[in-house]
Amino acid sequence: MDIDLMLKVYPFFLEAAGLTILLSILTAILGLFCGILGVAARLSRFAFIRFLGAAYVSVFRGTPALIQLFILYFGGPQIGIQLDAFEAGVIGLGINAGAYMTETIRGAIISIDKGQREAARTLGLSSWQAMYKIILPQAARLMVRPLGVNLNMLIKATALVAAISVIELTYTAQRYIGSTYKPFEMFLLAGVLYMIIIYVVGRGVAWLDRKVQIT
Amino acid sequence: MGLDFSIIPKHLDIILLGCAWTIGITVVAAIISFFGGIVFAVIALYAPWIIRQPFRLVAWVFMGTPLLLQLFLIYFGLVQIGVDLPAFVAGVIGLGLHFAVYNSELIQTAILSVDKGQMEAARTVGLSRGQALRKVVIPQAVRAVIPPIGNNMIALLKDSALVSVIGVSELTLSAQRVIGKTYRPFEFYILAAAFYYVINLCMEWVQRKIERRISLSR
Repeated sequence: MDIDLMLKVYPFFLEAAGLTILLSILTAILGLFCGILGVAARLSRFAFIRFLGAAYVSVFRGTPALIQLFILYFGGPQIGIQLDAFEAGVIGLGINAGAYMTETIRGAIISIDKGQREAARTLGLSSWQAMYKIILPQAARLMVRPLGVNLNMLIKATALVAAISVIELTYTAQRYIGSTYKPFEMFLLAGVLYMIIIYVVGRGVAWLDRKVQIT
Repeated sequence: MGLDFSIIPKHLDIILLGCAWTIGITVVAAIISFFGGIVFAVIALYAPWIIRQPFRLVAWVFMGTPLLLQLFLIYFGLVQIGVDLPAFVAGVIGLGLHFAVYNSELIQTAILSVDKGQMEAARTVGLSRGQALRKVVIPQAVRAVIPPIGNNMIALLKDSALVSVIGVSELTLSAQRVIGKTYRPFEFYILAAAFYYVINLCMEWVQRKIERRISLSR
């Protein structure tokens, strides 16, 4: 193993890891936003909006995220959407993650006992009030852990933007593998950084999960 | 530049060939990941400590890093140690092993949840430990995790797009090739997405059929 080489190039990997973290944060925020919209659509009173929500989830979970990125980044200009690679990465991955998060959030909401809603309605709360004051606070506790799984997947999915030349961790590793012919060393550097990010996020999610549980 | 979908039929043959490759890669990698998952689960649970612990470490690394990075390691790493595999083989091995690790996690949990009495009964009637695992415990464990393994296989189909990056001419790379000639990225990536979506729907349909069969036979 070429330790000297690793010591020489690791600052570039650290910088790239910073971009991977930034990508993950922005993607997670956009994903959560899309997820909330998706759930609102899937639980709508109107059949057509429910259909739109279901179609969003089905199409974005049913096709590769890589292709979605390519459509947005390479195909976007044809329909008047000009984005640089980083923007396309965040938006593409965010909308994709949103489809997975929609199902996570919806799963938590529909697992709340029906009686809760009926009781709230009986007490005179409106449909919205029942959702916001009774169901969501309970469902939120159930969401933390599965959303943590989505977040873990999302961090690893940020590697895909390497394919549209965003200089994040995987792209950096790929470039150095190409120029140094030391695939194992470069994998080790990038891999350790990914695992640190995922470990820290995992601990954060576990902490939040404990925090919101009623003991 | 507007959209022009009328250009598609002229290049459909290349896309269809890519589609066939994607299905082939998915099927072979799925088979590797299924049996690999069983083997990995047995190693992670029953191998001697000196093998088990390093093995678990490697599995942990594979679950904590992106598949794309692993594909680069396998493809270029094998070249470095003198094994010059075609990109197709490297891609299938990478995909298969990646998902074998995920399947192994499911199967491990399932093996541990099979009633202890099953193993004891099998030993009592004269089976060796290996036989008892192979003929009694593992079949029950695997049956219990068929639905989540099915989800992994569907994820595998979508992740098979990543092997285009190391130069395997499957659906995604075929679309790229056609785009290189026609400069029509939107049309052909949408077409590729549509093919993936259809294959995905077929897999979900098969998965539902299998799940129904399993729940009926219980």
